[in-house]
Amino acid sequence: MSKIDIHQMDAAFKSALTDLLYQLADDDFILAYRGSEWLGLAPHIEEDVAFSSISQDTMGHASMFYQLLEDLGEGKVDDLAHSRKAKDRRNAILLEMVNGPGHYLKKPQYDWAFAVVRNYFYVQMKKIRMDSLKNSSYEPLAQIAINVNLELYYHLLHWRTWFVQLMQAGDEARKRMDAAINRVFDDFGGVLSLGPLEDEMSKSGLIEPEEILKKKWILVMEPVFDSINVSMPTNFGMKNGNGRKGEHTEDLDTALSILSEVYHVNPAAAW
Amino acid sequence: MSKAIFNEKLTNEEKYDHFIKRITEGEKIEADDWMPDDYRETLIKLISMHGISEIMGALPEKEWVPKAPSLRRKLGIMAKVQDEMGHGQLLLRVAEDLMKPLGRTRENIMQDLFSGRLKFHNVFHMEAPTWGDAGLIGWLVDGAAIISQTNMLDASYGPYARALKRICAEEVFHAQHGESIIIALAEGTSEQRKMVQDAINRWWEALLMFFGPADATTTGTSKQDTTIKYRIRTKTNEELRQDFFTKYIPRVLSLGLTIPDETMHFNQEKQQWIYEQPDWSRFKEIIRNNGPKSRERLELRETTYHENQWVRNALNMAK
Repeated sequence: MSKIDIHQMDAAFKSALTDLLYQLADDDFILAYRGSEWLGLAPHIEEDVAFSSISQDTMGHASMFYQLLEDLGEGKVDDLAHSRKAKDRRNAILLEMVNGPGHYLKKPQYDWAFAVVRNYFYVQMKKIRMDSLKNSSYEPLAQIAINVNLELYYHLLHWRTWFVQLMQAGDEARKRMDAAINRVFDDFGGVLSLGPLEDEMSKSGLIEPEEILKKKWILVMEPVFDSINVSMPTNFGMKNGNGRKGEHTEDLDTALSILSEVYHVNPAAAW
Repeated sequence: MSKAIFNEKLTNEEKYDHFIKRITEGEKIEADDWMPDDYRETLIKLISMHGISEIMGALPEKEWVPKAPSLRRKLGIMAKVQDEMGHGQLLLRVAEDLMKPLGRTRENIMQDLFSGRLKFHNVFHMEAPTWGDAGLIGWLVDGAAIISQTNMLDASYGPYARALKRICAEEVFHAQHGESIIIALAEGTSEQRKMVQDAINRWWEALLMFFGPADATTTGTSKQDTTIKYRIRTKTNEELRQDFFTKYIPRVLSLGLTIPDETMHFNQEKQQWIYEQPDWSRFKEIIRNNGPKSRERLELRETTYHENQWVRNALNMAK
């Protein structure tokens, strides 16, 4: 497929491209937000520094994807990030889920096992997606995928290290990790999904088909599970719905009202 | 190293004289060098308080990290608060090395924080109820921090001086980050302008307190004489406060903002700023963890420390 520029796009291509970009931007945006809630609350100070660095990168990636949407005439990046309603968001539901009970300023009972598993599994999928996007028919997206990939190397190393270490620690850690794996698998189908326009996306050479990307994920993850003598679950669920279709939970509504609180004081003002 | 070996053969008094000679000549003391007990104790207290203040200092700004009003501001404040945690880590490592011969660890630092034995900086006990406060912390609190830390850049204790060098370089970015938020607000709508003026009014007393009382007569104790004697710092608290006024009062006024102290002026004859003293008894209460947000922030840190105990246990097992 030859590379396509913005002026030659037909309507079907453009809507598939736009939908894909919303998925990529919204996934990173909401997960970086969840990461920013962890700030100052990580298990130790070194991790706080590392995790907040990763969240920053992730927010930066969201910003780059929103910029591509702005370039396509979807609106200004800050409006796209802060003012779209939950039903218009395309992030996977797994990524919007709260870090745990409590509030990020008051009695947070955040679950580190869930943080590790959710981030690790997601980043691995993101890496596979970026590898595929490096060959995307939409050149500006291919360029960004190359840059994003450089940082994902470190993110993956980080979360894999935590995953393997906590899985092997036994006792309480293992129990918590097993529970987190089950929770994440229950909704991981939503992360793997490319939504209703998947056919058009792969047909126009924007990204490889969902099934192929999913197989690649399994191919990379199985040896990690094998190395710690655990059999990998195979149920990729969408227990809480499909975010790619605009289905979302209350967790997203609450998050959106917090993250846009100051923006909504006056969206027209310069901040 | 040769000096350390040489030192073994000397009496304590000779070691002390040698130590004083070294710091007088501008030599740096390293973690494994001989040092007087009160030098070590002063450093441990100073550096662990500094380190834990960086970490507790992340909490008032933390509130505003998810809420920052644009992607650019979100990225900026995320980076800024991450730096603060990084400074905390850097400083706690320096303190840990000093505590090692006494058999104390980071766990002691955390427990001392929770029990109230280890204090954290007065500014981080205060409320930060608006985005204006987030900007002001970066601008004036970090601005004050640059002034007080620059004063110790040539500290006789090498590891601290080197950590401060890195920290100060980053604090400059923080002050610019804060100033950029403040300028946007000061030049924005009347509501935004009010946001920043309210923040200045709210923070003014805490900023005066930032540098500590002028001398021990105000609060009963002051470490400044010891730290000056041991060449950890050069200027007094009052000199630093005056430097802060000289640098920031014109900047506040140039943005069309006001200082909430009508008596504030520069006395040409005395060559110093005249201002209304803060309530130093309140200062004592604040650093005793009786400030407006002391309990809440300690509770937040303590809750999460306990929530994550299982992770640290798991890591210790893996060692």
